[in-house]
Amino acid sequence: MSWREMPRGSVVPKGGTATEYKTGGWRSNRPIHNKETCVHCLTCWICCPDSAIVVKDGKFVEINYDFCKGCGICSKVCPTKPSSIAMKPESEFKK
Amino acid sequence: MTRTALTGNDAVAEALRQVNPDVAAVYPITPQTEMMHRFAEFVADGLVETEFVTVESEHSALSATIGASAAGSRAVTATSSQGLALMWEMLHIASGLRLPIVMPVVNRALSAPINIHCDHSDTMYSRDSGWIQIFSENSQEAYDNTIQAFRIAEHMSVRLPVMVTLDGFIISHTMETVDLLEDDEVRKFVGDFEAEYSLLDVDHPITVGSLFLPDYYFEAKRQEHEALINSFAVIEEVGKLYGELSGRKSGFFEAYRLDDAQLALVVMGSAAGTATEVVDELRGEGKPVGLLKIRLYRPFPTASITKVLARIPVVGVLDRAIAFGLEGGPVYHDVRSALYGQTTILQSFIAGLGGRDITPGHIRTMFDILADAKKRGKADDKTRFIGVRE
Repeated sequence: MSWREMPRGSVVPKGGTATEYKTGGWRSNRPIHNKETCVHCLTCWICCPDSAIVVKDGKFVEINYDFCKGCGICSKVCPTKPSSIAMKPESEFKK
Repeated sequence: MTRTALTGNDAVAEALRQVNPDVAAVYPITPQTEMMHRFAEFVADGLVETEFVTVESEHSALSATIGASAAGSRAVTATSSQGLALMWEMLHIASGLRLPIVMPVVNRALSAPINIHCDHSDTMYSRDSGWIQIFSENSQEAYDNTIQAFRIAEHMSVRLPVMVTLDGFIISHTMETVDLLEDDEVRKFVGDFEAEYSLLDVDHPITVGSLFLPDYYFEAKRQEHEALINSFAVIEEVGKLYGELSGRKSGFFEAYRLDDAQLALVVMGSAAGTATEVVDELRGEGKPVGLLKIRLYRPFPTASITKVLARIPVVGVLDRAIAFGLEGGPVYHDVRSALYGQTTILQSFIAGLGGRDITPGHIRTMFDILADAKKRGKADDKTRFIGVRE
């Protein structure tokens, strides 16, 4: 788009545009959820700064890796011993 | 029209009363304080419908003004010196978001050492912030410029914030004769404010202040630059219309006795009044001197200035601020660019820092230096500091 056609003042003419910006690409450590030990307390869901914990019917379903930046807060706040979310380097997932 | 006596601060407050903006968010700072103090009285007395927001700092003052403007209201603030410095990051946000905020700035020196008096160092540091900057010579011009600022800022081909400056104490606290327009004339001249959008309009959601990485930031800034360039035509037109209404002309600058001048001085702000007197005295002594008073500093009217100054053999530029580490003040360098490739001999002067008076004697000294430069066929390489203890 030419600078001549852009909305004035960089105003984006709609709301909720953060969902279109995938921040998952910033991640260097990936949270891995352990279904066996998770107690579905949803503390991780409350604490996740990117709303990347997907919950359905009061249960932890999955992590949305499009938005998870890999901060590790979910892993830290998990009350189970050991944590039901393990942080693994992204390099382990590279093909 | 009403003829009255007002200080510069009161004259600007009066203009703001007549415009009746939706929101004013301000923090007091000498020498601006009396301006918005007076305006607060208008609010308290019910003479304006303005929502008056008393904030905890200038950073907050401009932040609140930006929020109010983005919400679709006509919003103003005002400041001086350290206050303007504290607004620094918000200045760029106001212009980047293309918000038509009007902000009178009462020029005051920057610390350290602490000083409350006039020089132009505060506004000079914001010259590249994307704001339109209009300088005033006296209370009358401060009043006239404030009214015009709304119409310029809000013009659909501009939509940029405008700073109207007046010299601290010299204008802000000096009572002068001022001709005021009638309230209805001013309201008709500025018209109703039409917001392009409102952040509070939940039926039409928008995103303001979003992230533009290497993909589009460049385009946003290119567009902003164009808005400044577009504002030349609008500022000229608004000046013309205001002239028809008030009988007082406002151009990019005022050329005084320049037509046959051999020596000319370029000044901004209150020093122009002193310089005009001295030009008349020197003309009386048969000396071919003239004056260029710049009113519009940003955008800088380079081409127009080239046209009026290029045929004058020797030109001096008086700055009321230092560009540290560089010979010649900021205005000098802008004029020098305008005269690039011309044969004009150009001399830089710096005077009046921290409220040091610029006297008729100082202006005479400057013209003597210019006359000497003409004789020698060259100027000094270095800035001449006038009125400093050597």
